[in-house]
Amino acid sequence: MGNERLAIEKIKERIGEGAIAEIKQFRNEVTIVVHKEAILEVAKLLREDPVLDYDFLSDVCGVDWLGKTYRFEVVYHLYSLQHNSRLRLKVRLEEKEPSLPSVVEVWPTANWHEREVFDMFGIVFTGHPDLRRILNPDDFDGFPYRKDFPIR
Amino acid sequence: MQERELSGAALERFLERSILFTTLEKMVNWSRKSSLWPVSFGLACCAIEMMAMGASRFDIARFGAELFRASPRQADLMIVAGTVTQKMAPVVKRIYEQMPEPKWVIAMGACTISGGIFNNYSVVQGIDKMLPVDVYVPGCPPTPEGLIFGLMKLQQKIEKEPLRRLWER
Repeated sequence: MGNERLAIEKIKERIGEGAIAEIKQFRNEVTIVVHKEAILEVAKLLREDPVLDYDFLSDVCGVDWLGKTYRFEVVYHLYSLQHNSRLRLKVRLEEKEPSLPSVVEVWPTANWHEREVFDMFGIVFTGHPDLRRILNPDDFDGFPYRKDFPIR
Repeated sequence: MQERELSGAALERFLERSILFTTLEKMVNWSRKSSLWPVSFGLACCAIEMMAMGASRFDIARFGAELFRASPRQADLMIVAGTVTQKMAPVVKRIYEQMPEPKWVIAMGACTISGGIFNNYSVVQGIDKMLPVDVYVPGCPPTPEGLIFGLMKLQQKIEKEPLRRLWER
């Protein structure tokens, strides 16, 4: 604990309170729900600030909450090797044309992670340099991790 | 080596020891079944059992099949070991097509035979939709002994192959 609090303060201070939709804490894990317009700015701040220094994006994944107002969620798991600190970012998306800015320019590793989320959920990452399917064949129809995708 | 000329009973004994009468078909099939080189190729957990079959404890060298070739162009046998996904299917097919004739296929494990538990969008529901399978070895995964049994079954099948396969293709 410690750096997560600092991260929240810095986001509020530099980008503004409007960037944050919700802050959750569960078993000492801090989750910041960020508005999708602000995700790139928040990512840059967390990565480039020498005190926060979240230099490792360990995972990007998608969630489908079928039936909710915000059907999709994109989750970023960040880690700072220097400070041994973990932080989770979430972005909520509506069902209609789900898209959000890509963070490839901040963490190059996001390239394949975002392609996977695009492949499985059909969430479009704008500004991604090479947004193609990564696991399914190129001519595949549909997005298999969506809850309304038929099992057979 | 033998300088002196043989005759009579000595010649007969020599011939008995040195000459074998058989048919070309039997000879060819015997050599084929005794040197079944599989292509090094594994897809999932079945491949682990396949490796065990190749290693010293189970040892398919006893059947002349221990030489897993790194190139399909030197292989006679393809053991499809594991789940074949839709994306992997064209790769499997290409490796099979790169193998020279004559060639055989063993479908190893439930996934390869029928898709197994993976009845979904990403898995081929049985390799026999793409390749001509000679022997099916069921199991999840099959034991190395099971796979060796499959190999022996394939050898029995090769023994009975007609000679015309020599000139095929």
